[in-house]
Amino acid sequence: MVEVHLWSGLRSLTGGRQVVEVEAKTTGELLRELVRAHPQLQAPIDAGVSIAIDGRVIASGLTEPIPPGAEIYLMQRLRGG
Amino acid sequence: MALDDRKSDFNFVGTRPDRPDGLDKVTGRAKFGADVSAPGMLHGAILRSPHAHARIVRINTAKAEAHQDVKAVITRADFSDKPEFRPGLEGEFWNVLENVMAGEKALYDGHAVAAVAATSALAARDALKLIEVEYEVLPHVTDVDKAMAPDAPVIREGAADYSVPEGMHPNVVRYHESGHGDVEAGFAEADLIVEDSFVTEATHQGYIEPHACMGSLGADGRGELWCTTQGHWYAQKYCAALVGIETAQLRVTASEIGGGFGGKTTVFIEPVALALSRKANRPVKVVMSRSEVFRATGPTASASMDIKIGMKKDGTITAAEGIFRLQGGAFPGAPGDMTAMCAFAPYNLTNVRQVGYDVMANRPKQAAYRAPGAPMGAFAVESVLDELCNQLGLDPVEVRLKNAAYEGTKANYGPTYPRIGLVETLEAAKAHPHYAAPLKPGQGRGISCGFWFNHGGETSVSLALSEDGSAQVMVGTPDIGGSRASMALMAAEVLGIPYENIRVTIADTATLGYNDVSHGSRVTYASGLATIKAARHAIERLCERAAAKWGIPVDAVKWENGCAVPSGPNAGDFDPMPLADITADMGATGGPISGHFEATPEGAGVSFGTHIVDAEVDPETGKTSIIRYTVIQDAGKAIHPDYVEGQYQGGAVQGIGWALNEEYIYGEDGRLQNSIFLDYRIPVASDLPMIDTVIVEVPNPGHPFGVRGVGETGIVPPLAAIANAVSNAAGVRMRQLPMTPPRILAALKDNG
Repeated sequence: MVEVHLWSGLRSLTGGRQVVEVEAKTTGELLRELVRAHPQLQAPIDAGVSIAIDGRVIASGLTEPIPPGAEIYLMQRLRGG
Repeated sequence: MALDDRKSDFNFVGTRPDRPDGLDKVTGRAKFGADVSAPGMLHGAILRSPHAHARIVRINTAKAEAHQDVKAVITRADFSDKPEFRPGLEGEFWNVLENVMAGEKALYDGHAVAAVAATSALAARDALKLIEVEYEVLPHVTDVDKAMAPDAPVIREGAADYSVPEGMHPNVVRYHESGHGDVEAGFAEADLIVEDSFVTEATHQGYIEPHACMGSLGADGRGELWCTTQGHWYAQKYCAALVGIETAQLRVTASEIGGGFGGKTTVFIEPVALALSRKANRPVKVVMSRSEVFRATGPTASASMDIKIGMKKDGTITAAEGIFRLQGGAFPGAPGDMTAMCAFAPYNLTNVRQVGYDVMANRPKQAAYRAPGAPMGAFAVESVLDELCNQLGLDPVEVRLKNAAYEGTKANYGPTYPRIGLVETLEAAKAHPHYAAPLKPGQGRGISCGFWFNHGGETSVSLALSEDGSAQVMVGTPDIGGSRASMALMAAEVLGIPYENIRVTIADTATLGYNDVSHGSRVTYASGLATIKAARHAIERLCERAAAKWGIPVDAVKWENGCAVPSGPNAGDFDPMPLADITADMGATGGPISGHFEATPEGAGVSFGTHIVDAEVDPETGKTSIIRYTVIQDAGKAIHPDYVEGQYQGGAVQGIGWALNEEYIYGEDGRLQNSIFLDYRIPVASDLPMIDTVIVEVPNPGHPFGVRGVGETGIVPPLAAIANAVSNAAGVRMRQLPMTPPRILAALKDNG
């Protein structure tokens, strides 16, 4: 199981939980499993999220491997100028 | 073959060769957006709403259409709300379409409502006067705080997304909240708490080249577009959707670009030129006036912010809280979330909470402007930090060092930082002669740190070798900051051939795979990484050819200093084989040799900077002079240091304008009052000191040479650093940007 840390604004979509656990080996699986466990997360994920794996920000890739025990944070998708 | 994954000693990278576009630009040979024409070309002009908010009751184009010089008139009906092959535009496609040409309502002063193509630019402008538009003027709002108030006019019902809490005004369309720890407990531990509010106005990127394009679209659904843009694949995708053709049928070529800074990451006039062309069946050129650029392209968001920070007497921050309200025009997209995530990012905080709002108002749709959202937040947070240092009698660099984030710090936005370079920039600031230099009476010094994420994005690069051993590199990221020079240096480094033997071209959408926009400080990082990988790919081919010539296995050949060489004594005794010896007969030894790379690199490292500013305030006139300015920033690895320093200096200069003079001024009628450079004052050379720079290099683990983006971080600290310098010089805290002479005089008067 992977512990996924959400930003606090998402707590209202996960029954108040800011850390949720899912089974995932890649970033794509992680997003899919997040929605399966918490269907209301579909909206923020559709709006665009990035995933930080041990501090490395994966902007959009769905195929990045998630090592066992990695620190995982869901972040809002970054935009630049 | 042996290829090191990480390099630390370089032959070409880090040198300062001549820029490849220099001669073209100083001789006028470079072709910008407005520099093309075609046989039979028409000129387009756009009719814009004079109202900040109005229902479009009726548009009568008959008189304009009847004019002998007019070949086409278009309104929203000529765009693709429901193209046949798509179920209809939605999301950002719809927002961009609505911005490109108003539908039921004009949403801001300058919003396009119709367009004309005529045989001359003058005839097109004159013909606009023949279009009759009946408006029902609606109440408007342009201020962010007023737009959130319960009685504010609603700009668009139902624009808010999932994130907005119940009970907020419909103009609040996105909400962000993040942080960690217990801020109330943290404030309870503080010896001093400073709580204050700040506002910044919208500013424009101020690129010298106005938007310009030439579009040609036939009844067969095939088109060509030439335009000044930071991303021609984006332009291709959006234009195709908006005029209802398939993406691949539109070929887009990026012109030379006269500045973008984030403002050319979307489309404004390009779909209009294509729609006019389709109707007139002739190429159409559209060139914006400066006034149109101000009124109808994308300035920054304006901001209203509340900051509360608690500190112990020794300078330790115990808790920090920020509320950031950003107004981004009549569409969703103001980067309140980015402001919130970046504002406290330089610091190692146990207790932090940040809230961001995206708010709509009757202004043009905001666009990115270097680190969008970050400079405003830094202004507010770093001003409060400065105030805490002043009240506690602490050194502002020491306090920032004491609280600085480093590798292993839990970032305010969540994850643990990998290797980062903030502490190195602060140490360099402390050691810099500027920081120890004495100040004269009337002068003040300001310090600020700044943070930006940086980005990777979809990237394709092709590299082709010529028979004479020279190389051409095709990249898809328009060169907005010297990237052709950087790409050539990185290719030279890998191939081992001179910089001068490499030509880098910005390929059009028909000749290279997809590329994300030149934004997010991604180009030197991502296109650079792709160039390195494409060059390595070509080297694999070169080593194969050398191995075949020598009759040894390919893994017994390695690449060194531009030559194939045997990898060791057991590989055989052969003289090094230079690249040009292999390419000379490549057609007969297996065919042309090229290298390619296509990927979405996901290792853009975040970056930090620290700025030191001295300002002098004239108490009689309120005029501020910037006396001395030093930029210190982590580049990871500076590929071409001249360009890196140029980015640092440019960020400081644009920040000086934002801090002291630049602002969108709206009248009570909701109309922009200062839409030309005479009234919207950007800094000129005589306003500026020499901007000193220090390049710190803490390599990014996510790039083969250690590159971090440098284009955006440089504009994050200036607003705060200058505000702190001015506040310290004037002896009064400045809470509103720009700090114009009248505002400074008013602050001095209020301070007694």
